[in-house]
Amino acid sequence: MTANLTAASQTEKTQSRRISSALLRLGGYMLKYYKFHFSLVVFCILLGAAATLYGMVFIQSLVDDYILPLIQAAAPDFSPLASVLIRVAAVYAAGIAASYAYNRIMVNVSQGTMKHLRVDLFSKMESLPIRYFDTHAHGDIMSVYTNDVDTLRQFLSQSLPQVINSAVTLAATLISMLFLNIPLTVITLVMAAAMVLTTAKLSGLSRVYFSRQQQDLGAVDGFIEEMLEGQKVVKVFCHEEQARNDFRALNSQLRESADKANRYANIMMPINANIGNLSYVLCAAAGALLALSGTAGVTVGTIIAFVGLNKNFSQPITQISQQMNAIVMAAAGAGRVFALMDENPEADEGRVECVHAQELPDGSLEETESRTGLWAWKVPQKDRGFSFVRLEGGVIFDGVNFGYDEDKIVLHDISLFARPGQKIAFVGSTGAGKTTITNLINRFYDIQEGTIRCDGINIDRIKKSALRRTLGVVLQDTHLFTGTVLDNIRYGRPDAADEDCIAAARLANADGFIRRLPEGYQTVLSGDGGSLSQGQRQLLAIARAAVADPPVLILDEATSSIDTRTEILVQAGMDALMKGRTTFVIAHRLSTVRNADCIMVMEQGRIIERGTHDELLEKKGRYYRLYTGNFEEEAS
Amino acid sequence: MKMILGSLRQYKKDSLLAPAFTALEVIMEVLLPFITAAIIDEGLGKGDLQKVCLYGVLMTAMAALSLLFGSLAGKYAASASSGLACNLREDIYGNIQTFSFSNIDKFSTAGLVTRMTTDVTNVQNAFQMVLRIAVRSPLMLVCSMAMCFLISPGLSAVFAVAILFLACVLALIIRMTLKVFDQAFRKYDDLNAEVQENVAAMRVVKSFVREDLENSKFSKSADGLYRLFVKAEGLLAFNSPSMMLVVYSCMIAIAWLGARSIVSGSMTTGELTSLFSYVLSVMMSLMMLSMVFVMITMSAASIRRIREVLAETPDLCSPVNAIHEVADGRIDFNHVTFCYRHGSGRETLSDVDLHIRSGETIGVIGGTGSGKSSLASLVSRLYDVDSGSVCVGGQDVRRYDTDALRSQVAVVLQKNTLFSGTILENLRWGSEQATEEECRQACQAACADEFIQCFPQKYSTRIERGGSNISGGQKQRLCIARALLKQPKILILDDSTSAVDTATDAKIRRSLSEHTTRTTKIIIAQRISSVQGADRILVLDDGRVNGFDTHENLLRTNAVYREIYESQKKGTGDFNRPSPSMKEGA
Repeated sequence: MTANLTAASQTEKTQSRRISSALLRLGGYMLKYYKFHFSLVVFCILLGAAATLYGMVFIQSLVDDYILPLIQAAAPDFSPLASVLIRVAAVYAAGIAASYAYNRIMVNVSQGTMKHLRVDLFSKMESLPIRYFDTHAHGDIMSVYTNDVDTLRQFLSQSLPQVINSAVTLAATLISMLFLNIPLTVITLVMAAAMVLTTAKLSGLSRVYFSRQQQDLGAVDGFIEEMLEGQKVVKVFCHEEQARNDFRALNSQLRESADKANRYANIMMPINANIGNLSYVLCAAAGALLALSGTAGVTVGTIIAFVGLNKNFSQPITQISQQMNAIVMAAAGAGRVFALMDENPEADEGRVECVHAQELPDGSLEETESRTGLWAWKVPQKDRGFSFVRLEGGVIFDGVNFGYDEDKIVLHDISLFARPGQKIAFVGSTGAGKTTITNLINRFYDIQEGTIRCDGINIDRIKKSALRRTLGVVLQDTHLFTGTVLDNIRYGRPDAADEDCIAAARLANADGFIRRLPEGYQTVLSGDGGSLSQGQRQLLAIARAAVADPPVLILDEATSSIDTRTEILVQAGMDALMKGRTTFVIAHRLSTVRNADCIMVMEQGRIIERGTHDELLEKKGRYYRLYTGNFEEEAS
Repeated sequence: MKMILGSLRQYKKDSLLAPAFTALEVIMEVLLPFITAAIIDEGLGKGDLQKVCLYGVLMTAMAALSLLFGSLAGKYAASASSGLACNLREDIYGNIQTFSFSNIDKFSTAGLVTRMTTDVTNVQNAFQMVLRIAVRSPLMLVCSMAMCFLISPGLSAVFAVAILFLACVLALIIRMTLKVFDQAFRKYDDLNAEVQENVAAMRVVKSFVREDLENSKFSKSADGLYRLFVKAEGLLAFNSPSMMLVVYSCMIAIAWLGARSIVSGSMTTGELTSLFSYVLSVMMSLMMLSMVFVMITMSAASIRRIREVLAETPDLCSPVNAIHEVADGRIDFNHVTFCYRHGSGRETLSDVDLHIRSGETIGVIGGTGSGKSSLASLVSRLYDVDSGSVCVGGQDVRRYDTDALRSQVAVVLQKNTLFSGTILENLRWGSEQATEEECRQACQAACADEFIQCFPQKYSTRIERGGSNISGGQKQRLCIARALLKQPKILILDDSTSAVDTATDAKIRRSLSEHTTRTTKIIIAQRISSVQGADRILVLDDGRVNGFDTHENLLRTNAVYREIYESQKKGTGDFNRPSPSMKEGA
């Protein structure tokens, strides 16, 4: 039992440490960009608080110093009151100006900080290795941008100034109280401590339920997604009622945790406010006692002033306690934001560059600025010079072992040799490791053992950006970007002229359907090109690769969603595209692989057969069986 | 709004109690400054300790009551708002269940999920805010004003002017801000879409080395968003200074006028102090009210999005005098024309006229996009035809109770889904009361029993979400077994053995024809070998019937069929199949 309690308080402690460290880091991040702005904000808050305090003190003295003398005076002279009121008005005006200034500056600070955070997050994300996206749900990554950054807005623009303001008010009020009367200050402080304690207790409780609410929300979210994805099945099996019942159970769990979380948060305010009232009563009574017993020269005016201060002291505590939830949520959000920021970017130790080249009369190569159609690897030498190797696109795998996890190898001892301009095809069942091989060529993943060379250069010596520029990729799942059709084709090479893009579209046989679109090449695609059919999207992806004009092509099931008739059209374009380029093709359609220079039959991460179509048929091995369909079930 | 509040149901009581208790709390709070004034005037001012104690006790009692009311109000507000959210989610989900696919396509799965989570949470928070503050602020305002008038009607005129001024300023600010906020939130959606696009297309971005391009594009959008938000919130920054302006002006005015009143004897000092605190609470409540207003308007978008789903009427529904019995497995397509987007002119099926006898086995073959799956969807009335009619058992499918129809038409879909749960649980989707033995028999018929027996936990093996822990072929066989358990009059297999190797495919077909002799079977497939044993084969081409005859006749008469046959004669043309050693793994 005690062990449990200490454990609980331990987690509570680490949690509050985590909260404060996340908030500190967020503060540091903000100060990095807005040191000057923020100090101005703090200054203005101080100014505003001073003005408010001045006003308070004035009101306390209004009765004693101005009104009482006036009452006693035979001929009341209101001019001293008028002049003091003008002075107070001036101070108030300054306070108002300060308040506007800090509110306005804070807008820039909080929105600016969020902008910097978003941009930093985004560029960080762009630098992350593919592994990160394979191991993190896309929804989770998105939620960092939306939910988590959003929670920071309230914190930065409201909670933070509020807390600073309250802290200033608290400190100033405390000092004034100490000047006025120490015993009464003690009473006030004790009551304030009670408020802080209840706040801590209640916000702790509500935090527990808030995180439970988040979990329950996640469960509901997951359930809806799964069920909606399978909605057709739900329908054809008339399972609607059952699904509703299952949903109801999860839903009421969520209601319960939301109810409790909000209940504790909601009763915090009345409790604090009324402890404040109690504190007021205690001070008034104790003050009256002191004043009447005549000890320590306490006057009635002092007591009246003090009870006013007492009210001022309770208010900021209530205000801070109201911000508690926002603060805790912001800390959690900041924690997730910084967790993404702290991810390690894709490592790149490669030094070899890829440059435009031209051939000199003596057969050697030289770097040029302009596009010549001839490419070269620029290899740094020990003597700080460079040597140039013609980029031809020869790829060699030598004894490559690879696993997505260190201890689970999925590719075993892969060796292959692709001469420049050759077409290499991979066939095999799903999960045999075909796509994995292509992921290694462009170094989305690094191999555990063996070497991969491109034109004789070990690819881990080549800069990743240079390596990838030489590889054109058409993937099975086509992704398009918001923008015009032309923009999407030009994605392959930003400096391509419109004519180049159109020529590429013609090559891929995409020109026809593009021209039939309402705005032709200027048609704006949105939502991942949702208005196009899967086949049309793939044609665009092929055009995109064509305009990039890469020496090496990787086609991963590039024609899988194109129907047989269109495929004949695309095939012509593909053949034109593949001409003179080293091509790696993954396909399950016969027509695509038949004319390959070498076909690799893969199974369970190994190449089990290799050769040309005719050679493999002659071998009467697995390829033959796949091809002829005489494929008997061997083991059951 | 009305529609949303209609979902309150059992929480109506709580939604009324919350403001009621808030009202009581407000009354206590409004009375408190009165007591404070009394403590100062009659107690401290006159040096009367007894009075101080008396009023102190009174104040403590009132504080206790205020605490009680406040806590109850908080409790009921929490319960009412979380209850509303719960009911809303349930109503939305319930409505989605009645949706046809045309309805669902309209919103997209992601759109529906956001509506049920983020949007509902927004409404929940706004509703709680309304319950607690929308009652509190006006009440506070009215009570405080009333107290002010009680104390000094003359001075209260100052308030009236001040409040009018403040209300105008706040209204102006809100009006201007909302317009900008509206723009900003739309821009925000675009920004998120950009992120989403990048997360999904990361391989493309990296393959083409376009990280810098994407970064600069994003920076530009983020900057645009920043400008809009600064504009909107810059306007909001006027809120608190203008309130301070009004409060301070009132204070100075009251100090001046109040001093005169006190001197002339028409007011006490204590009353002046309480006047000050009433001014503050009047202004505070106005401020709160403006905040609530902004909150509500900001959640208006969420309300609108939820209402859209709730107001959506399913475009397929069972007729009033629905037929509950399907006579037999006869299927008739009478000159059916169908498109997914009504009126778009892009016909998925054109003038399809087919008549299938009960118990017949029909093969359907055709290229991608030729309308095979659409044809299957029409039989179980997942969609409605545009013209013509589809009849099952001699009756138009639109005259059936949809549940009755679907329980007799089993479709094994092309894109099939298993759900997280055990194998047995998944199978019982077909028939809730099926015994384990019945499930086993169905699995044997679908050639699924053999691999299930290899799992250590057999039929209690857990299937992960989407069936991710078993192979494609295993999934397909389980889906067939699940459909068989329905013991349907019509069984439609939509390319449902594509991941199964040829031999098993043949075995399944054999066993199906033995187990379901009286069932009408429609087998949609890519491979000729899967359909050539059927009684008749339908050749679909671009949404039209190209041929409908036996294998032999089609080979003689149908060019398209012959073409497909020729291309597949040498082999299946498809390598993408599980290898035997893979199949029983995992």
